[in-house]
Amino acid sequence: MSAQAFGAADPFAVGAAVRVRLSWPPGHIRTPAYIRGHVGTVAANLGAHPNPEEIAFRRSGQPGSVLYRVRFRQDVVWPDYRGPASDTLDVEIYHHWLEAAGAAR
Amino acid sequence: MSDTHHDHPPDAPPTHYQRMEIALREILMAKSVFTPDDVRREVEAMEGRSAGTGARLVARAWVDPAFKARLLDDARLGAAEMGIPPGPYRVLVMENTATLHNMIVCTLCSCYPRVLLGLPPAWYKGTAYRSRAVREPRAVLAEFGFALADDVALRVHDSTADMRYMVLPMRPAGTEGWSEEELARLVTRDSLIGVAPALDPQALGRASDAAG
Repeated sequence: MSAQAFGAADPFAVGAAVRVRLSWPPGHIRTPAYIRGHVGTVAANLGAHPNPEEIAFRRSGQPGSVLYRVRFRQDVVWPDYRGPASDTLDVEIYHHWLEAAGAAR
Repeated sequence: MSDTHHDHPPDAPPTHYQRMEIALREILMAKSVFTPDDVRREVEAMEGRSAGTGARLVARAWVDPAFKARLLDDARLGAAEMGIPPGPYRVLVMENTATLHNMIVCTLCSCYPRVLLGLPPAWYKGTAYRSRAVREPRAVLAEFGFALADDVALRVHDSTADMRYMVLPMRPAGTEGWSEEELARLVTRDSLIGVAPALDPQALGRASDAAG
């Protein structure tokens, strides 16, 4: 193990509001395009994992990145969403794709 | 990846990726990295898995609250208790309740808890399900014949990274006193993905009447 995983020293707390980076890098990316730029709340910390964006190119995956389940309100992600306001979407997102957000709507 | 294979007619010429897979497999066999017998065994093992494994876990969870707690806490340990090999991925079990229904999708590819559910159905791998399950999940459920009430929150899980997901459906009413084996028959593959509830016991009765 080399460098410490992204977020290992200062992970987002469960319940924290986070924004998914609005970024479009090429390569093997596990953050779905539809969720980039959106604000959600951390539902669970799933621990540090080797970075799949690196492993895909036969690199070591180190440093790894803390993986979270981030919860989004469907009616915020899709403004014309048809369903109750209590409907949610959980997406697995790595720490290096997230930044602190003021408050989730 | 294997994204387009399920749409590919079996007697059509092989696609680029199929050719690449065949070429790589033949080279590895020529170099004695593995044998044709190894390949056959692996394919048989893969195709031999079924949602019956997930159904056994659910039935045990329905009759044993302590087991259910352990399964929700760590599905691999719960599976190991029943002699089910844990597989390479951590599986998160999402429990349906009277106020929350869970549904699984992998929008990026077709991640699926194969150890517990077997091979994914073709529709799970198709772009229609993968895009619509996050965009209009209630419409998708309605097409599966499942009208989810508006006072039940729907939570869609996009399995994008290192976890795999299985739904723990609600135990149907009218199954008091049933054995685990009987209960497991109510747990369909679709109920473990979350596009359907577990079978109604009366429907099961009708199905076995028709079969008998």
